[in-house]
Amino acid sequence: MTRPTVVVITAGLSQPSSTRLLGERLAAALDTALGERGAAPEIEVVELREHARDLTNQLLTGFASTGLGDLVERVRRADALVAVTPIFSASYSGLFKMFFDLLPTDTLVGRPTLIAATAGSARHSLALEHALRPLFAYLRAVVVPTAVFAASEDWASAGALDERVARAAGELAALIRPGHALPPAAHGLHGRPAPDDEVVPFAQLLAAGRG
Amino acid sequence: MQFGIFTVGDVTTDPTTGRTPGEGERIKAMVTIAKHAEEVGLDVFATGEHHNPPFVPSSPTTMLGYLAAQTERLVLSTSTTLITTNDPVKIAEDFAMLQHLADGRVDLMMGRGNTGPVYPWFGRDIRDGIALAVENYDLLHRLWREDVVSWEGRFRTPLQGFTSTPRPLDGVPPFVWHGSIRSPEIAEQAAYYGDGFFANHIFWPTYHFQRLIDLYRQRYEHYGHGRADQAVVGLGGQVFIRPSSQDAVREFRPYFDHAPVYGYGPSLEEFTSQTPLTVGSPQEVIEKTLTFREHFGDYQRQLFLADHAGLPLKTVLEQLDELGAVVQVLRRELDARRPADVPDAPTHASLLAARDAEATAVLAAGEDAADLVGASGEGVRR
Repeated sequence: MTRPTVVVITAGLSQPSSTRLLGERLAAALDTALGERGAAPEIEVVELREHARDLTNQLLTGFASTGLGDLVERVRRADALVAVTPIFSASYSGLFKMFFDLLPTDTLVGRPTLIAATAGSARHSLALEHALRPLFAYLRAVVVPTAVFAASEDWASAGALDERVARAAGELAALIRPGHALPPAAHGLHGRPAPDDEVVPFAQLLAAGRG
Repeated sequence: MQFGIFTVGDVTTDPTTGRTPGEGERIKAMVTIAKHAEEVGLDVFATGEHHNPPFVPSSPTTMLGYLAAQTERLVLSTSTTLITTNDPVKIAEDFAMLQHLADGRVDLMMGRGNTGPVYPWFGRDIRDGIALAVENYDLLHRLWREDVVSWEGRFRTPLQGFTSTPRPLDGVPPFVWHGSIRSPEIAEQAAYYGDGFFANHIFWPTYHFQRLIDLYRQRYEHYGHGRADQAVVGLGGQVFIRPSSQDAVREFRPYFDHAPVYGYGPSLEEFTSQTPLTVGSPQEVIEKTLTFREHFGDYQRQLFLADHAGLPLKTVLEQLDELGAVVQVLRRELDARRPADVPDAPTHASLLAARDAEATAVLAAGEDAADLVGASGEGVRR
């Protein structure tokens, strides 16, 4: 059986950050859940912090650095995505949004995705539902029903958080089908697919105008 | 091989002095720069067309007509002429007029513009961008080749028995390049007509443009204009040259750091490693420019961006002096590498000669045919 691949994107800023910690907890739970299904996944945890300058540069110049281009390619090929952000000002962080703004169109279509967030207070927990879930709905990812939120106090009493982490990981594992159809390659400018060798013949372009 | 400069015509504050030139000063500076391009031995000057500040060149044929009177050898061109929002009838007439005034030293590059709002300023819709480029150019192509045109399309009023005036110089339309940074449809369009394709790759990595140019070359061959390696390709370039590399980097860095397009983003070092930008000694510029041929094949026109990001006129003129010397070497090196059956960029003289040669060949074939049918007693209509 092909080993399923999963990329965990975390947008934590401090090192170590509780956002990264939550990402790792989700990765471990996913490893267990997939293991129970007889699969040995390859799970990579990526800190967007390391790509912060490249993300800014790509916003300004329209093209990806080699490192960022490689990351986008790994996300494109991954069988599932876990996206974890700190909640800033009632929503995902700017760094988190920059990455998803720069993903080429259609990269995440149909992709099983788990969303998670951290914040200092449980009062931010619905940001997952009113900010992250609509973002991934727009990107046409398939987001699992359980979104995982961890406030500072959750790290003290691990029981309830563990349960949500395990439930969400189980939901994601159930959706993973290795060898999904790949979306268009990611090497165009401004996140557009690069031109491929299939071209609309000019007679057809002309006829479209006359029709 | 043709070498030249192309300008965006931006009015940009010099970040080292805080000084911003006025519009009139910038327009006159563009003229001075173009004339100096001829003096240092460059072949082509191309101006952009923009209809929004901070850019000044909204009326390219006015500027190029003035330059036609002030220069003797320079080919006057555009980078680009907006095929989407200009009326193709007016483009046909403006550039035919310019051909006569400039004794044929004219070609032009079609483009779709740099900003969405330009479409509604001229009564168009950006969502029709490609369709406008296709339909308008098809009409323009006919207006230059058929004395009387009846035409109907989606985007302008129909024409009945219309003759655009003046007719192209010697009946030979100006050569057309199509510029694009991302649209395979435009590469296809250039290939279909056997026109040139210009990739302004100065702001982006090579890999993106290799695919577009390869596509254009394959389709050029597909449409029977010649082999893929004979297709007519032009490239952009961006250089800042001083005798010593360190001086070039030190002087250009503040302009780079604040420049439109890439300023405030990647470092000068990152950007020069990822894009065609070269900041350094003449030898470094020569070496980097020679790599373009390795990436894209033998090509016909190399244009450099020299006057942007607030560089003062004096500096730009010095850059042209450096460029003139660099181009002498590049011309020798690239001409030596190019196979004999890969053509130069078309000029009015070469297009006129090709047209006359074709007419002679057709005439000769007709006479042979007449001899044959004459023997069997049938007439032939020419």
